[in-house]
Amino acid sequence: MSVLHDSAIITQRQLRLLTRVPEVLIFSTIQPVMFVLLFRYVFGGSIETGLEGGYVQLLMPGIFVQTVAFTLAGTASGLAEDMKKGLIDRFRSLPISQSALVIGRTLGDSLLNIVVLAVMGIAGYAVGWRPSAGIANVALGFLFLLLFGYALSWVGVLVGLSAKDARVVQNVSFIVTFPLTFLSNAFAPTTGMPRALQYFAEWNPVSTMVAACRELFGLENIFGATKGSFPSENPLLTSLIYMVLIMAIFIPLSVRKYRNSAG
Amino acid sequence: MKSVIAEELVKTYDKGKVRALDNLNLDVEEGTVLGVLGPNGAGKTTTVRILSTLLRPDSGRAMVAGIDVIKHPDKVRELIGLSGQYAAVDEILTGYDNLVMFGQLYHLGKKNAVLRANELLEQFSLTEAAKRPIKTYSGGMRRRLDLAASLIVKPKVLFLDEPTTGLDPRGRQEMWGVIQELVKGGVTLLLTTQYLEEADQLADEIAVIDTGKVIARGTSDALKKQVGGERLEVVVEAQHIAKTMEIVQAVSGITPSLDDGLRQISAPVSTGSAALFEVLKALDSAGIHALDVGLKRPSLDDVFLSLTGHTTETQEAKA
Repeated sequence: MSVLHDSAIITQRQLRLLTRVPEVLIFSTIQPVMFVLLFRYVFGGSIETGLEGGYVQLLMPGIFVQTVAFTLAGTASGLAEDMKKGLIDRFRSLPISQSALVIGRTLGDSLLNIVVLAVMGIAGYAVGWRPSAGIANVALGFLFLLLFGYALSWVGVLVGLSAKDARVVQNVSFIVTFPLTFLSNAFAPTTGMPRALQYFAEWNPVSTMVAACRELFGLENIFGATKGSFPSENPLLTSLIYMVLIMAIFIPLSVRKYRNSAG
Repeated sequence: MKSVIAEELVKTYDKGKVRALDNLNLDVEEGTVLGVLGPNGAGKTTTVRILSTLLRPDSGRAMVAGIDVIKHPDKVRELIGLSGQYAAVDEILTGYDNLVMFGQLYHLGKKNAVLRANELLEQFSLTEAAKRPIKTYSGGMRRRLDLAASLIVKPKVLFLDEPTTGLDPRGRQEMWGVIQELVKGGVTLLLTTQYLEEADQLADEIAVIDTGKVIARGTSDALKKQVGGERLEVVVEAQHIAKTMEIVQAVSGITPSLDDGLRQISAPVSTGSAALFEVLKALDSAGIHALDVGLKRPSLDDVFLSLTGHTTETQEAKA
């Protein structure tokens, strides 16, 4: 199939970029590792979890989800950059599958996520993270994380192609992603939040993802606020529904946007 | 046969407020070069974007290499090459990497993509810079690489949108040389430019466009003729100016104009070299030595001015 071939070439291009500018890879791993260390030692000391192994057990799923959520920004700014340089025009004038460029880009960003998650996992292990579930469940957890990143990557495609200015993209994605990752159960219990925010945090896909990962890593999600609600009882299912929804909405929108992008 | 046909193309932006193309018509005969000449905002880029499948017109018809651009954009893409105003190549990758990648996207297969990349690098004198990232290239080198990328599968029709805009004179000369070589190879080329000299140098025919319409078209010579005949210009020492004015007026029948600084007297003439000869004879018998004398054909700048009432520079960039 030519769309697979073409997408693979685009993904290769992205990997080649990483070897040409290793700083990109270095900085996209340094930042999450820094978060691991900061949260582990700044908050970890004062947040009482009563868990064996302490705060870092709850923290790691939170940071993993936060990191993959930022794939949105990575995809968006990469595409916006290509738009600005006229590369998108060139790709669109080629006799290739019209979705190859965006498929290749989202796959490339997912590959980058694999590397980043691996490095973070190692950093987490070094500071005491020990998932108690079996290897299969832990692997499934990482698969979930990659899939979530992939889904958000498609939101990034739409943001990147819609932006008038590449510089704005980074800011917009940040403004969208940052509150989402903090108005959640990722770093602290949601019980301290005002009532309305608690509901938001409960249904927030970041929260359901974090809860799902905690479950898969063999951990009780004590940061979830309300017991008995659908998302907190079924975090895996809710997350899966979210991912399918995000992709069902944003893949067609993004592909259409790409085809019609006037540059 | 016509390789490119655009009929009654209309494209508006901002909900119809900006009419980028206003029933534009043009065509390019197979194997020839059409220069689309116009100031910024005239609709040149919009025209190229429609013909190269990047943009859909609001209405009108466009055919490239016999295929309907609007109905079968994917087929058209197999037959065209496009090089835009910006060098649309990946800055971080090397020239070689870029060409191999585009070759693979044209489904040449890795081996042939490599062969073709090396061939093109050689053809465009980029072999030495092949393994350097594009960001280290000069403007001219980038444009050449971009052009090379649009030639990977020997397109039937090539679109070059302002190929030398922003280049220094040397880069421009090099680019012209490269394009002239391509034209000798028989490619059908539609080239847009805001440089009158460039259209004059490269194009067989010129279509002058302004505010989304073709306002004149023909060979460079025909367009110049349309503006009027030639001008006779004589430069003399300051003390001979008055007498020379008389002589030129006698030949031309029209009061000549005088450029004081250049000490240049000029007037339109209808008899071409005969008028020149007469003036020289008269100057000689008056004992005046002309420092410089010649017949000047109108430049395309004059053409533009007479067609639109404004020069190419006075219109503000809208695009």
